[in-house]
Amino acid sequence: MNPALAFLLAMTFLISIGGLFLLIWALANDQFATAQSAARTIFAEGEEGVVEDPALSSDARQAMQAQRDAGQHQPDTDELEFRIEADRSSRVPVLAWTASSVLWLLLGSLFGLLASLKLHLPELLANEAVLTFGRVRPAHLNVVAYGWASMAGVGVGLWLIPRLFKEALVGGVYATAGAVFWNLGMVAGTVAILAGHSDGLEWLEFPWQIDILLVLGGALAAVPLLLTLLKRRVHHLYVSSWYLVAALVWFPMLFITGNIPGLFSGVEQAAMNWWFAHNVLGLWMTPLGLAAAYYFIPKIVGAPVYSYSLSLLGFWALALFYSQVGMHHLIGGPVPTWLVTLSIVQSVMMFIPVLAVAINHHMTVAGHFRLLLYSPTLRFVTLGAMMYTFASVQGSLEALRSVNVVTHFTHYTVAHAHMGVYGFLSFILFGSIYFVMPRLMGWEWPYAWAISAHFWLVFIGFGIYFWPLSVGGWLQGLAMLDPARSFMESVTLTLPYLEARSVGGTLMTLGHLIFATHFFIALLRQGPERQGPSLLWRRLQSGEAT
Amino acid sequence: MTRVLGIAAGSALILLFATLLIVVMPAVQLQSSRNVPEALEPYSPAAERGREVYISMGCQYCHSQQPRDPGLAPDGQRGWGRPSVPPDYAYDQPHLLGTMRTGPDLLNIGARQPSVDWHLTHLYNPRALIPDSTMPAFRFLFETTDVVLNQDREVNLPPDFRPEAGHVIATQDAMDLVQYLLELDRTYETEAIPQASAEGADAEKAP
Repeated sequence: MNPALAFLLAMTFLISIGGLFLLIWALANDQFATAQSAARTIFAEGEEGVVEDPALSSDARQAMQAQRDAGQHQPDTDELEFRIEADRSSRVPVLAWTASSVLWLLLGSLFGLLASLKLHLPELLANEAVLTFGRVRPAHLNVVAYGWASMAGVGVGLWLIPRLFKEALVGGVYATAGAVFWNLGMVAGTVAILAGHSDGLEWLEFPWQIDILLVLGGALAAVPLLLTLLKRRVHHLYVSSWYLVAALVWFPMLFITGNIPGLFSGVEQAAMNWWFAHNVLGLWMTPLGLAAAYYFIPKIVGAPVYSYSLSLLGFWALALFYSQVGMHHLIGGPVPTWLVTLSIVQSVMMFIPVLAVAINHHMTVAGHFRLLLYSPTLRFVTLGAMMYTFASVQGSLEALRSVNVVTHFTHYTVAHAHMGVYGFLSFILFGSIYFVMPRLMGWEWPYAWAISAHFWLVFIGFGIYFWPLSVGGWLQGLAMLDPARSFMESVTLTLPYLEARSVGGTLMTLGHLIFATHFFIALLRQGPERQGPSLLWRRLQSGEAT
Repeated sequence: MTRVLGIAAGSALILLFATLLIVVMPAVQLQSSRNVPEALEPYSPAAERGREVYISMGCQYCHSQQPRDPGLAPDGQRGWGRPSVPPDYAYDQPHLLGTMRTGPDLLNIGARQPSVDWHLTHLYNPRALIPDSTMPAFRFLFETTDVVLNQDREVNLPPDFRPEAGHVIATQDAMDLVQYLLELDRTYETEAIPQASAEGADAEKAP
């Protein structure tokens, strides 16, 4: 018998037996009986029912509260006061990571826009090797993935730690130092790609010597998570912290293995490449985004997550299935069929964690949908959660051979990737930053209109980006499958769709410009001083706490 | 859940298991470095350098190197070659299988287009040969001189695409890159291609 088959059969048997024992153990030890009360750990005593959106002015927040319910809530002031301490403790590292991420977002958007334009205007800035498409494109990917999404994700994660563990952040200075190393790595890596020194593997382009800086920076950022965990005052770990802990375990495993030079070559390396690239989405970016969504959605609407037991299922199913889906990037390629089939099966199994998370997120907001009108923060986070569901379902379907044969090698895949990293993760990160900044600065966002402008620009811009590119990519795939049509037809037919993508990308970049400008105005404490959400801080300081 | 260690260990074990399945198992099964096809030559030193240029210019972001099975896509009919098999990539590090076909597959470009002149002209300005091409021009891989020396390779350009003055000659990088493209040729016979039709025939014969 084929040794691979024999091994798979043996593993299937062992894993099933192991899983059965785990289930028996979990039932015997009441692991599933996590009471819904655990979902309330993010609220202070008596705080449930209170909406929270620090990005709103106090008038708008009162209107939002009135929309939710007119009941009188008396949150425990000691806990609220402690929360202010908690936010203060994480201030410097969180600002270091998020402020850097916003700058990387701007640079990454410019690279992305230039790459998009070059696909339909090949003579644009074509005389410099530094700006050739094949360098700008990986520069865009690495800057937005590791500069923007990862740094903002770590920043929000650091901010969540003291709130989740109800203990001031311990060892924040390590995380601040980590931001310095990570930024150095980002600068060196981006310069290396533009100068033509790439490792050549998608998602792993930074030369491995430079990756050492990122490993150091990431390790330093993890120190406060561990130290604060040791001193935590909560017995139960809220769902967001599971994702943070797991992401902390997964990212180094992936990133270090992926970057060891000379480990594999040829097809084996391709397998490793897509094991890494899909897991960096599934086991690094997704946990960061879900950790934030699981905190902010319930917090803003003032209601605990819909079903806490479901979140347990969602977490472990995500770990189990997501970790094996990467080979669907090699469907039809020169790899063993069993390997591709395994990944397709696991891609479809992803429906389980996705539905678990979707039910939890959407049912928590359901019934409070009108609050979306009041809170741009909630709008960003809720839309991000919706696009997570959409991107995941789309991804499962895309892994089916019949669909993949059309979409593989086309712009459809690019649109899908942006639905995940932009529609899901970036939207959630935008919302999170709008929530976090006023709490950190004790200073309200100076211009409410800028938040709305940012929202509508990126929302409409992303629509113009996503839909035409998906349609164009699908048509491109059909053209490539038709032997009667020349290959050039599959190139020329995409041009109008690529132009539409550039229009969408321009709007998104404009939105980012407004966001970044607004962010730094707030960071420098410029702009009109207004009364507002950070009010809670001020009110407490002046002893008027209710 | 209340135990951090449980979450961390569980997560690590699950990822280890996945890695064993989808990274280690294929490596154990394939062992491509030991099963090099006889007809496959290692890249020449010039082609190795050219491969570095290919990576540095990011060609792999638009060109795949993995023709698919005729049952899946008409890659063969487009002249891209037979379906590739793992041993075809025995000398490929890093692998350049690619994920996009903004341009055509290149695993057999050397067999399909063996002309050095064609490649040099195409790299200097793709639109000189293919009017609708959206490929970037790589003019920075060329130099313009007044006098062409013996060892220089001048690029033949259609009149509309020539610079106003001087002659266009290829740099070492351009020559290396073309050498690599010419050595992309996996047209030799291989026994490793799975024969779906043959298996079907066997099944029919079975009693």
